[in-house]
Amino acid sequence: MDAEVMKSYLPLYRDALFLTMRIGWQGVMLALVLGLACAAVLQLKLPFIRRIVTVYVELFRNTPLLVQLFFLYFALPRIGIRIPAEVCGCVGLGLIGGAYMTETFRSGLDSIARIQMESAASLGMTSFQIFRYVILPQAVASSVPGILANIIFLLKETSVFSTISLMDLMFTAKDLIGMYAKTLECLTLLVIFYLIMLLPVCIAGNILERRLRYAEFGN
Amino acid sequence: MENALLTVEHLHKSYGGHIVLDDLSFTVRKGEVIVVIGPSGCGKSTLLRCINALEEIQGGRVLLNGESVRKDAGNIPQMRQKIGMVFQSYDLFPHKTILDNITLAPRKVQKRGKAEAEREALELLERVGLADRKNDYPRQLSGGQKQRVAIVRALCMHPELLLLDEITAALDPEMVREVLDVVLSLARSGSTMLIVTHEMSFAKAIADRVFFLEEGRIMEESADPESFFQCPQTPRAQAFLRTFDYER
Amino acid sequence: MQSLGIEVLFKGINFQRLLAGLWVSVRLSLISVIISIVLGTGMGMLMTSKSRLLQFFFRLWLETVRIMPQMVLLFVVYFGSTRVFGWNLDAEAAAIIVFSFWGTAEMGDLVRGALISIPKIQYESARALGMDEKTLYLYVILPQTIRRMLPLSINLITRMIKTTSLVMMIGIVEVLKVAQQIIEANRKSSPNAAFGVFGTVFLLYFLICWPVSRLSVWLEKRQAA
Repeated sequence: MDAEVMKSYLPLYRDALFLTMRIGWQGVMLALVLGLACAAVLQLKLPFIRRIVTVYVELFRNTPLLVQLFFLYFALPRIGIRIPAEVCGCVGLGLIGGAYMTETFRSGLDSIARIQMESAASLGMTSFQIFRYVILPQAVASSVPGILANIIFLLKETSVFSTISLMDLMFTAKDLIGMYAKTLECLTLLVIFYLIMLLPVCIAGNILERRLRYAEFGN
Repeated sequence: MENALLTVEHLHKSYGGHIVLDDLSFTVRKGEVIVVIGPSGCGKSTLLRCINALEEIQGGRVLLNGESVRKDAGNIPQMRQKIGMVFQSYDLFPHKTILDNITLAPRKVQKRGKAEAEREALELLERVGLADRKNDYPRQLSGGQKQRVAIVRALCMHPELLLLDEITAALDPEMVREVLDVVLSLARSGSTMLIVTHEMSFAKAIADRVFFLEEGRIMEESADPESFFQCPQTPRAQAFLRTFDYER
Repeated sequence: MQSLGIEVLFKGINFQRLLAGLWVSVRLSLISVIISIVLGTGMGMLMTSKSRLLQFFFRLWLETVRIMPQMVLLFVVYFGSTRVFGWNLDAEAAAIIVFSFWGTAEMGDLVRGALISIPKIQYESARALGMDEKTLYLYVILPQTIRRMLPLSINLITRMIKTTSLVMMIGIVEVLKVAQQIIEANRKSSPNAAFGVFGTVFLLYFLICWPVSRLSVWLEKRQAA
């Protein structure tokens, strides 16, 4: 392994990391917002929109991100919808993530026993108060492990961005391997940079999850 | 009837085609303790849930101080504040401490001050012997302790009527006593209660009146619990009470 | 209205080519799933062992596949073996190695989870009835373990199928690659082929994965009831 070569590649990898992280986290934020909104639609049983949400969730949970990105990036321009690659990556990640988050939030809401709502109601709380003080805090806490797993999944999924010619970590590695054939160095850096991106999230997630565990014990 | 706190008139409840409560009518006076007994599935719990409008009813009405309690009425949160309920499964809020469990509704629903609500909560906790557990979470308490907290949570709202739905059914036998003692002391201090229970000796000790419920109807009613448990009038009640005896 | 480019699929054997491409990724996933189930069951049983060393080893394995994107693993194995070590590993073999490596860890964790979720009392009451260890595992523990694992392992199949779309990145000609070829070949006659063809690929994936994930949900619901 050639340390000098690796050193010279560092700036390229660093830029790629920033790009991947930026689009990745924007996608995660979009996914959270979308997921919350869709879960709310399902919970409130809004007619019609609920069906659209169901179709959306099923469609995006059952297809690969790679195929979704190809559709957004290569197919949509053919019917006049042109989206820049970066936005494409972010929206694609947000869409697939939104579908997964919807499921997570929904099962969090489902996990709260009916009796919790009834006992809150018997104390004279209004529907809004029941949701605000009893259901929401518990639903969020019990969704946390799922949300964290989804975030890690989404950040990993960013590895397909290179297919729509975003200069992310995979793109950089592949490009450098193709040009200089320093395969070992390139692959080592690739692994290291993905660790830099994902390890802190995993560790932070583990800590957070341990702190929020109380909600799982129920009574 | 004079002094009627709760009036139930021609209450009818059915699920699909199955009739659960069949034309029930009775009144409860202020300060009275009613115990409802009967075999599983006779509609005891449903009756309590209907009084608190947790269930839709198909006919009749429930009046508290002459005011109608209806699930779809706009004033249902206000009405429910006057009716405390404790469930079998001591459903405390797992994400709140004992103190917060008790003061949540007084503060958010009745808009009472934090200090005042907490002071009263502590007094009540003291009465049930749990003041030292105020900062614990529900999961750190035993079943009996949780159920006592659930009673305090209901009491802190100053309800005019308390509904207790098989509150000892899920408890280990040695914890039943501590919970029933609390209920007994409430009865002595004049609380109006409607109690569903399977603890027959407790029922005998606490009841002003006993309802024997079967197939959604009050088959027998007695204002003399002592003699009711000694020798019930109806064959059905006799058969039911016999199931609690082990004689050879 | 302009054409949506779907007509390209009905030209010659284009649609069959697309399906054949899809079969490439489905076949890869099925092979990997089978290997994962076999190895994962063994791994799961070993994971319940008391040996600290074994536990550490499996933990490391599991965390590696959980943290590293499958794409990175594919690159490392494929380019690492061919370019760094100069082995003659073909892309499909590299893909199967990577997906089995990943699937075995996931499957192992599922088996472990199912095994430890079976209450001790089940073992004790079976022994109290005089069952020997073989009967105990065969008739009491295993059926319950499988019941608990089934929905999640079926879920693993759909995850596997979705993930195998990545193999185009190491040069395997699967459905997306075929789609690109078809679009390229018809660039002049059907400029909008990208819409129709990629749209079709999207739907094809959905048609494969959706029934499988419904099955998993159905099984889970049936068990909960």
